[in-house]
Amino acid sequence: MKLESNVPSGPLEEKWDRHLKDIKLVSPNNKRKHKIIVVGTGLAGASAASSLAELGYEVSTFCIQDSARRAHSIAAQGGINAAKNYPNDGDSVWRLFYDTIKGGDYRSREANVYRLAQNSNSIIDQAVAQGVPFAREYSGLLDNRSFGGAQVSRTFYARGQTGQQLLLGAYQSMMRQVHAGKIKNYPRHEMLDLVVVDGKARGIITRNLVDGSINRWKADAVVLCTGGYGNVFYLSTNAKNSNVTAAWRCHKRGAAFANPCMVQIHPTCIPVSGDYQSKLTLMSESLRNDGRVWVPRDPEDSRKPNDIPEEDRFYYLEEKYPSFGNLVPRDVASRNAKMVTDEGKGVGETGLAVYLDFRDAIKREGKDAIAAKYGNLFDMYQNITDDNPYEVPMRIFPAVHYTMGGLWVDYNLMSNIPGLFVAGEANFSDHGANRLGASALMQGLSDGYFIVPYTVGNYIADAELSNITTEHEAFTEAANTSSETLDKLLSVNGDKTVVEFHRELGKIMWDKVGINRSKEGLEEAIEQIRTLRDEFYENVRVPGDATYYNKYLEFAHRVADFFELAELMAVDALDRDESCGCHLREEYQTEEGEALRNDDDFSYVSAWEYGGVNGKLNTTLHKEPLDFEFVELKQRSYK
Amino acid sequence: MSEMTINLKIWRQKNAKSEGKFQDYKLNGVSEHMSFLEMLDVLNENLIKEGEEPVEFDYDCREGICGSCNLVINGRAHGPKHMTAACQLHMRNYSDGDTIVVEPPRAKAFPVIKDLVVDRSAFDRIIEAGGYVSVKTGEAPEANLIPVEKDIADAAFDYATCIGCGGCVAACPNSSASLFTGAKLAHLNSLPQGKPERDKRSIAMVEQMEAEGFGDCSNHAECEAVCPVGISISAIAEMRRDYLKALV
Repeated sequence: MKLESNVPSGPLEEKWDRHLKDIKLVSPNNKRKHKIIVVGTGLAGASAASSLAELGYEVSTFCIQDSARRAHSIAAQGGINAAKNYPNDGDSVWRLFYDTIKGGDYRSREANVYRLAQNSNSIIDQAVAQGVPFAREYSGLLDNRSFGGAQVSRTFYARGQTGQQLLLGAYQSMMRQVHAGKIKNYPRHEMLDLVVVDGKARGIITRNLVDGSINRWKADAVVLCTGGYGNVFYLSTNAKNSNVTAAWRCHKRGAAFANPCMVQIHPTCIPVSGDYQSKLTLMSESLRNDGRVWVPRDPEDSRKPNDIPEEDRFYYLEEKYPSFGNLVPRDVASRNAKMVTDEGKGVGETGLAVYLDFRDAIKREGKDAIAAKYGNLFDMYQNITDDNPYEVPMRIFPAVHYTMGGLWVDYNLMSNIPGLFVAGEANFSDHGANRLGASALMQGLSDGYFIVPYTVGNYIADAELSNITTEHEAFTEAANTSSETLDKLLSVNGDKTVVEFHRELGKIMWDKVGINRSKEGLEEAIEQIRTLRDEFYENVRVPGDATYYNKYLEFAHRVADFFELAELMAVDALDRDESCGCHLREEYQTEEGEALRNDDDFSYVSAWEYGGVNGKLNTTLHKEPLDFEFVELKQRSYK
Repeated sequence: MSEMTINLKIWRQKNAKSEGKFQDYKLNGVSEHMSFLEMLDVLNENLIKEGEEPVEFDYDCREGICGSCNLVINGRAHGPKHMTAACQLHMRNYSDGDTIVVEPPRAKAFPVIKDLVVDRSAFDRIIEAGGYVSVKTGEAPEANLIPVEKDIADAAFDYATCIGCGGCVAACPNSSASLFTGAKLAHLNSLPQGKPERDKRSIAMVEQMEAEGFGDCSNHAECEAVCPVGISISAIAEMRRDYLKALV
């Protein structure tokens, strides 16, 4: 397997512009002859689909939800970064780039990240022109706030629903192209396989989730925008239907999977309350702008939070990180929450929570001012927990939130299978070992609006694509494989439900491939995953059959893929004998308990090649070295 | 933690062509901290273990924003709690021994797919008819060249916050989609970006709504009462005004 990053030469600031000049174009007459499949209709998918259709390509979109508008991008709360420097606080494209690459702990490509920062401003322009109702000042101009550890105010937001508003903007653009006949839209269709002909991506296999039929679709390029794989942990902030299946099936067809162990654990989520819990709810980290994080100094302290005087409160982030305080990056905040609860200082019924306290902010600014900023989040919290955060501190705990790893792509966002492009959270490209707040929306839209539409054209202009039909043997083989996979799961008829298996898998992952990892723990995890996976195929019970709407069948094959991915994540975490960003190996810490990178040996992207599962996952590591020409690698410090 | 026994009457229907009926279930061990959908998850786990088919219902984000869930609970879209989607409803709102009736939103334009799952693609087609600003990628001017008064931007947001769940349709005696359609029109028509296409958009979306088989609005305001994100019925007034203006 050959992994060429295809980063253009030249100064960092000029790479993308130069590349755009060199990119080959497809003539307008020819564009309409080329079919492009976009899988997933979140920010990356909807924006890529609408932009490609505007250019004149024949686009088909597929999503598992009943409407393209419901993709999980919709749940992003906090905001989207851009280097507009409207507040005149010293921001620039360079600074946004630098913060992002540093925040990612130097495990991403310089050129990709710089391009992301460059595109950020155009995204805001585009969204505003679409009518996205961003927050505004009384002047009528756009408002910004500081977010997620940034020392400048560069985050644009639409109350606590920025993802929803940006997604509706992209979805509406997409529906405009549906109306124009340039996009054919297939909701409630799940991609089950990638069809590769002559080494190139030429189509997909889907299951119609309503009638159960297996369908074949051909194309000249496939753009995968299917999001992240956080649900391998069972409990996460992801939507219930978010899954790795589309990406994993591409991996099985030869696409390298990069940095699978890089998982972001978000520090501010509502704690777990019981076994029946089906998902975790994120509270936007904008709350950390005004809330103070603390636990009682004394693990035995059983007083109610408001009865604990100042001197008995341990504001651990403020004490340990005086300059960033409660605004340290997500990985640092999550790790510290785990540390204090491991020391027995956790609060609430389970002891797996810390306080996020607004008492001082309310005293300082008044209840109304706090309600104006966070009202909807406070209401959501109260609705779920039955506690009033205006009066008692919130209880929060880290939860799996975002996966930085994903399918490997080059600078053009093309995987190592020609014609298969991967955008948004589904690729590994821009966030390295940790993603900064308000950067996911930025990346999804940068990929979809401003990168993929050009790079797909560049590929198509040169690609030699044979004339095929969906009767080609590659389609037949892939369709048969898909049906067999479903039949196999339905035929087990064991005693344990899919949910029970998934919950057990999630617990292994959370305990051993979660916030802290160790060699010993990872080796145990790999054994446990294999044993549980074998049991899954012997003892799972999937109800009904494959000929109609059957959600538990959908879950079953997604969990089957999670079982394989889980092992790969543990293998990757074990290979990476260093700590970086969200990947904390207990063996590699500074004296202060911070992630200790090993740049000499691990400054690479790990890209894994699938070799089948036979009791164990067979996988081969390929390394893409990361060269840093323009930034100096430093130990992150938020002290 | 108190545990409850809940009696459920749930609509079961194999597909759009077959007839449906209510089926009774008794569920023990319901925690007050469970969400309503988690309670249904537990029911389904029991049904699967007993070799029966689980109840199908739509959901995704489970935090009240994706708009997938659309259950009608005891005759009310999304259940008893004001401004709360069914996925955000918790069992602490019920008591031990309660009987809860769960059914799909019933409207001609929302045919049943299975059990509580319905086809809401009519909503997509209403947006498709004109629920957008016709701006291509790359055509946008610098963002701050389009100032928008804060009051107008905030009001536009209040309409844009619609999650497209269809609760308004389920609640309306006429199965009207006026609140959904009006919210999108009020969002886009009120902003400077949306003004140039206001007339065209208003006519296209209102006519599509009718073509899909949704009824007319007769000011019952049931839609506003059940809307999980609090869309104001003034959206419908705005829609009528813009539609009439566009016609003359």
